[in-house]
Order: sequence, then structure tokens, then C-alpha cells
Amino acid sequence: MLESSPVAIELYVLLSAVLFVMGTLGVLLRRNAILIFMSIELMLNSANLALVAFARQWNTIDGHLMVFFVITVAAAEVAVGLALIVAIYRTKKSISIDDLHKFEG
Amino acid sequence: MFPAPPTFEDLNVWAALPVIILSLWASVLLVADRFINNKFYVAAYSLLGVGISLVIALFQAGDLFDIGESGTAFEGMFMADQFTYVVNIVALISAAIGILISYEYLERTKLDRGEYYILLMFSAAGAMLMGSSNNLSMIFISLELLSIPLYILSGIRRPQEESEESAMKYFLLGAFSSSFLVYGIALVFGAAGSLDLGEIVVVAQTISEQEATQRYLLLIGAGLITVGLGFKVAAVPFHMWTPDVYQGAPTPVTAYMSSVAKVGGFAAFLRVLVTGLPIIAEGGDAAVWVDTLQILAALTLLLGNLVAIMQYDLKRLLAYSSIAHAGYILIALAAGGVPGVGDSAAQAALVYLAAYAFTNIGAFAVVAAIEKDDSTGTTMDDIKGLAVKRPWLAGAMSVFMFSLTGIPLTAGFIGKFWVFRAAMDAGLEPLAVLGVLTSAISAFYYVRVVWNMYFETGDAVVPERQQYLTSGLVITAAGTLILGLLPFILENLVRDASLAILR
Repeated sequence: MLESSPVAIELYVLLSAVLFVMGTLGVLLRRNAILIFMSIELMLNSANLALVAFARQWNTIDGHLMVFFVITVAAAEVAVGLALIVAIYRTKKSISIDDLHKFEG
Repeated sequence: MFPAPPTFEDLNVWAALPVIILSLWASVLLVADRFINNKFYVAAYSLLGVGISLVIALFQAGDLFDIGESGTAFEGMFMADQFTYVVNIVALISAAIGILISYEYLERTKLDRGEYYILLMFSAAGAMLMGSSNNLSMIFISLELLSIPLYILSGIRRPQEESEESAMKYFLLGAFSSSFLVYGIALVFGAAGSLDLGEIVVVAQTISEQEATQRYLLLIGAGLITVGLGFKVAAVPFHMWTPDVYQGAPTPVTAYMSSVAKVGGFAAFLRVLVTGLPIIAEGGDAAVWVDTLQILAALTLLLGNLVAIMQYDLKRLLAYSSIAHAGYILIALAAGGVPGVGDSAAQAALVYLAAYAFTNIGAFAVVAAIEKDDSTGTTMDDIKGLAVKRPWLAGAMSVFMFSLTGIPLTAGFIGKFWVFRAAMDAGLEPLAVLGVLTSAISAFYYVRVVWNMYFETGDAVVPERQQYLTSGLVITAAGTLILGLLPFILENLVRDASLAILR
């Protein structure tokens, strides 16, 4: 039988930090609006992972509740964000952020 | 058996009455909008809702009627104190003026949709909630309630490319910054074991030198929250989005967003840093974040003011000017971290925000008044000779420009006076000196606007007089002058504002 030992909190936080950094790099390096948006979702979900891990550690429900709010807000952001991306695509036939260059100075 | 559910009195519901009325009003109007064909009435009803909410907020701030007790409400999630009331008043006045200056602009650019006013009300509710958050989860949700409507509003002029681009940039960077905020909140939660600011402050104060993990979690968390909120208030180096978004969004939206997003962002900043994390034990007296904020403030002041000099488009100029003004409020914020100065720094920030809200909405409203239907006509050349054609418009713009510079007898001077005084109290003299110097630099580009209006000849072609926009201009110009001439109004309003935890 496999011995089931609890996973240390540090590992969860480390994983969430790695995901957060990956998300940040994705936002900074990607040029496609949808992929940038997915990277942002990755950052939000890394925060969710950290929140539930800490909530288990402190044995409180606050962290879990916060996760639900984050998920809900992320859904609201998706609704607005995708609508914007569709609107931009209709006008420009492109969703690359390199094509957003109306302004200068 | 189950414990008895809390009553209205236990929850202290009435303390949150202004924001409750505003959000319910907006929700009802969202449905009613479907049945109102003349959008003038949607604007009028929105204004009415904001007005009712404003009256109650004024009663609460002036202690005229006993509407809800001061203190926490909703089981510690919501904080109703003088700070909350002042933030409410500033946000609601911004919303009311925002509605007034929008109506004709939307009509003449064929944008008269009812949801505009409803989104505007929701984002005002978000700003009000940010000022009354006593819990990190509240701060996050109210920040999103403030931001998401603003993303939509800045893109409401689709399919115009400028507006869409501005919405896209605002959205991507706004969502990016929110994820920093959430991660920061997660780390602070990990260090303190609670999202309640009152409990976090206890942990932050009692944390000892040995508990390295907790200390670093708290520090990194506070840093990430600073990044997240720094984006919202357009502090350098998180300001990249500001000029493009402010220039591309429809002008009344820019006017409203530049003031309400700053009010909300700085209110949350003060709540988190001064109430929640006044001291992060680093063995010393001052909080570690004071140094960081000083650097941010100095960078913001320098970049905002220096780049504004080179601007040709008025909206872009005012965008850089709004970055610069974030720098002045950051001075107050940095002062707030020095022990014993927290309250007076919060009051200074409130006075500055109130003065800035009036002045800045007014300045953008003048730009909205001269803008043509195809959203051109907002450059330095287009205001040449404005004083001959429209003397009152030029006069109002001059008042706003002098107030933004900080010339005495205007609201801007009072705001700067309070901020610099708080900085001196906190022993941040270099920052105060830098503030005065950059104000002198800012005089250059603000006065150039006035110069162009009065002493250059040009044939400014200006749209016709717009009565609601004019009334908004009268209110903002009068507010700017009255707050400047009678400084005791603001002084009495903020005197009791304190960020210490009520027990």
C-alpha cells in the first residue's frame, strides 16, 4: 500500500508561484489578445490555488469564499473581454495587440 | 438549534444606505431601460438616484440625522466612518456631474443608450464600496465593480477604432493588475490567516523577527497589492495604459473615469496600507512600504509633469496631468505610513481627491464641449481664440487650469497645501520640495493652454452651446472656486476622518 502523507503547504504555494510567474510571462510575451487573456486567467487561478492551500493551513473558510468570488469575477471579466475581442476583430480583422497603434506620443 | 439570524440592527444595514440605494436603483433602471424609449428619462432617473444617494451621504457625513451607526457593518465586512462618508460624497458628485456632461455628447455622437448611465452608476457604487471596505475580499470585489463598467464605458463608442482600442488596452491591463491584487491578497491571507483588515493589523503588529516566512509573505503580499492598486490609480511605472485609454475613450467617460477610478483606488490604498498594514515588523518604527511609496511618488511626479509638457492633444495632456496628480496623492500616502501621521495624511488625501475630482471633471468637460462629433478638435490649435468666441468656456477652462497648477484661491491649492503639510509632518521634506518643484513645472503646460485660448488668434470652430454640459461646467467651476475660497468646508468635512480601526 502506498503511504498517504499530507502534501506540505510550501509545495502548493511554490506551485502557485510558478503558475503566477508563467502567467505573467505569458501576458508580457504573447501578442494575441486571447492568449494574453488566458495567461491572465492562469494568474488568477494560481492565486486561487494559494488561497485554498492557505485556507486549509489556517483551517478557516475565508480563503475558500474568496476563491468563489474570484471565479465569479473572472467569469464577468471573460464576458466583457471576449465581447471586446469580438468587437475589435470585426473592425480590424485582427486580434493581435501589435495592431493596436492608433495613438502615439 | 441554529443561532438566531442577525437582525438589521446587528448588521447595521442602514450605515450602508447610500451605496445600497445606488446599486438597487441602477439594477431597477437596468430593467426599466428596456421600456423607456426616450433616453433622456434614463439619464434623468439616474441623476435622481445619484441625487437621493448623495443627500443621504451628506446627512451621514454631517451627522444631521442618525442613519446607521458609525462603525463596522455586515459582520465586519463594511466600515462606515467619516472616511467612508467623504469618499461617498466625492464619488457621488463625480457621478452626478458625469451624467450631466454626458447627455448631449452621447446624443450628438449617436450613442444615446440607456446602459451608459447604469454602468456609470455601478462604477460609482464600486468606488464607494472601495472606500468602505474592511476586508480584502471586499476590496477585490468592489475594485472589479468599479473597473468592469469602466472597461465597457470606454469602448461604448464602437465601432470607432480609438474607442475600441482604448477599451481593449484598459481591459487587458486592468485584468492583469487585478490578478496581481488577488495574488497579493492570497499571500497576505497566508501570512495573517484572515482577510479582515482589523485582524491583519494585529498580526502585522505582533509578528516577530523570528517568523521570517510570515514576514516575507506579508511583505510580498503588500508589494503585489501595491502593484495592483498602482495600476488603477496610474502610478508610474504602472501608468502605460493611461494616455492611450484616456485619449481613446469618449471624452465624458474619460472625465468621469479619471476622477472616480482615482477616488476608489486611493481609498482602497489608504484602507489597506494605513488601516491594515500600518506596520510591517521590520524592527523599526516606520512601515517598510513608506520608502517604496516615496520612490513611486517621486517617479510619478517627474514623469507625469515632464511628459505632459510635450503633449499636443488636450486629452493626452490631461491624461499625463492626471498621472502627475496621482503622484501628489502618493506623497500623502507615503506620509500615511509614518507613525502618528496616518490620520492627517488620510485627510490630506481626501481633500486632494475632492479638489481634484471637481477640477479634473471640469477640465475634461470643457474638452467635451469643444470636441467635434467625429472626436477631432481636441488639440492645442483648436482652442486658439476660444476666449473671443466663447468667453465663459475659456474662463471656466482657465479656472480649472489654475486649480490643477495649484494657484491660491482655487481648490487645487488647498489640496496641495494639505498634502505638503502632511509630508512635512511626516518628515518627508525632500518629497514635499519635489512636489513644489514639479508644480512649478506643471504651470508651464497648464498656462500654455490658457495662453492659447486668450492670446493666440485662431478660428476655433466650436459645437453649439449645450445646456446640460454647461450646467455641469458651472457646478465644477463653482465647486473649484468655492472649495478654494472657503477652505473650511473641506476642513470640517474631513476633520473626523480617521483610518484607525474602530473597536
